[in-house]
Amino acid sequence: MEEVKQQFTDQAYQEEEKQYSYLNLGPTHPATHGIFQNVLKMDGEIIVDAEPTIGYIHRAFEKLAERRPFNQITPITDRMNYCSAPINNLGWHMTVEKLIGADIPKRVQYMRVIIMELARITDHLICNAVIGVDTGALTGFVYMFQQRELVYEIYEEICGARLTSNIGRIGGFERDFSPKAWEKIHRFLKEFPKVLKEFENLLERNRIFMDRTIGVGGITGERALEYSFSGPNLRAAGVDYDVRVARPYSSYEDFNFIIPVGTNGDVYDRFMVRQGEMWESLSIIEQAIKNMPDGPFHAKVPDFYLPPKEEVYNNMEALIYHFKIVMGETDVPKGEVYHCVEGGNGELGFYLISDGGRTPFRLHMRRPCFIYYQAYPEMIKGSMLSDAILTMSSMNVIAGELDA
Amino acid sequence: MEGTALEKNIAVLNEKFEGEILHSAMLYDFPTITLKKDKIIEIIKYLKDHTDTKYHYLTTLCGIHYPELNQIAIMYQLHNMMSGERVRLKIYLPAENPQVPTLTSVHASANWMERETFDFFGVIFTGHPNLKRILNVEDMIVFPLRKEIPLEDQVRVDKNDTMFGR
Repeated sequence: MEEVKQQFTDQAYQEEEKQYSYLNLGPTHPATHGIFQNVLKMDGEIIVDAEPTIGYIHRAFEKLAERRPFNQITPITDRMNYCSAPINNLGWHMTVEKLIGADIPKRVQYMRVIIMELARITDHLICNAVIGVDTGALTGFVYMFQQRELVYEIYEEICGARLTSNIGRIGGFERDFSPKAWEKIHRFLKEFPKVLKEFENLLERNRIFMDRTIGVGGITGERALEYSFSGPNLRAAGVDYDVRVARPYSSYEDFNFIIPVGTNGDVYDRFMVRQGEMWESLSIIEQAIKNMPDGPFHAKVPDFYLPPKEEVYNNMEALIYHFKIVMGETDVPKGEVYHCVEGGNGELGFYLISDGGRTPFRLHMRRPCFIYYQAYPEMIKGSMLSDAILTMSSMNVIAGELDA
Repeated sequence: MEGTALEKNIAVLNEKFEGEILHSAMLYDFPTITLKKDKIIEIIKYLKDHTDTKYHYLTTLCGIHYPELNQIAIMYQLHNMMSGERVRLKIYLPAENPQVPTLTSVHASANWMERETFDFFGVIFTGHPNLKRILNVEDMIVFPLRKEIPLEDQVRVDKNDTMFGR
């Protein structure tokens, strides 16, 4: 009977040109979690083709950076992946430190590891909670956001800001972690595993969730590599590439952790990889606290590290450095440097060319989601509209980073 | 150890593309090779397939404008995840009417990166499937990351930049 049915429908379509409908998904649709437009060519509820348009919040970061002294570029990097802003900040600091050849104390590196792993947890928990929302489970989202608040309080204690953190300085931190900050870190480490476990219980083996996510929005490992995927999306497709292991920075080689890897590269695998990474991040933070070395909380780079206020008022040399940094009169070595860190959603790279002036000659940022979002039309072709929403949220596309 | 990474890349390139290398250096931890612009796509494809290099991953691609040379450089960063080796290839194009063949046939990810480079520098990637602006508005008439484009409106009078700013 099926064959007869097929034969008749084929005939009918040959006689009459098939009609498709076009649907605008976005730019300001609540389910896209950011400002993206996708013009979908639909056959009923099946997506035949998609045409993404991006750039709605383009702010010309690369051009802006060509006019700003190095310390003023840090706030720009905040606004890229704002779900894990500290990773961007510290990645930028490390790039400049590589350029000037600064020797960073071990304690600073461990402090950075703690902050970067906290940021990774917030990034992943938002993404995973949002996958939950898009499948219809709002409970987990609200529950996880409470925990994000705890991390933001830690940032607040360390640098005074919450979302766009501008954390640390070139060379280290403006102050050591206060006892209050340590208390909050310990509180988070104590409370979060329980919540994460409960969140896992809510979704990981939930029949509805599994039916909605397994086999949806999949991509093979080969295709993911061709599209230059990185981060959890690449690992979900079965490629165990992580910058923290492949090119350890900030003493990641001292830590013992596992890189979770998926197999199918679908929404469920991406969810599970992120889930696994959160546990590993917790373990890394615990190791960092346990082995935290003593020492200074910043490197000796007076040309870049703003001196403390009491020094500025009482010490001529500190006043000179303060003036030079604030007025942007610091000269930097000529050079061309690329530094990459494992951001919340992939390899975040800074390609910096310095011509010896006070600002970069050229700063190019390798923004992971700009590069992997171009695979989106391919990933949703032939799937349902509701799966397209789910695919997008599981890819962790952040509008700020996408549009620079 | 770092020196040999550069030498290995040069040796592999010289096997087939003798005389294409203009300049090579180790910049920090990154082997950087400047090449003639004509055969860049074949070279990248050759490095992808060659057993000694196998650069199967395009990390990033961007343009750089050098106003004093009146040239636009295109930088390709390639990566071999198995060995962890990376290389940066650079080519120089004239700033007026820069043209280079597209890399999309070798690396699918080059699609948007090339569109971005076109958007900001006006580099024409011949053979590109969909070469149009990506981040800026489509009716923009300039290529904003070129150095001759000022960051701010130069006729502004409310902002005095004698003390601050370049």
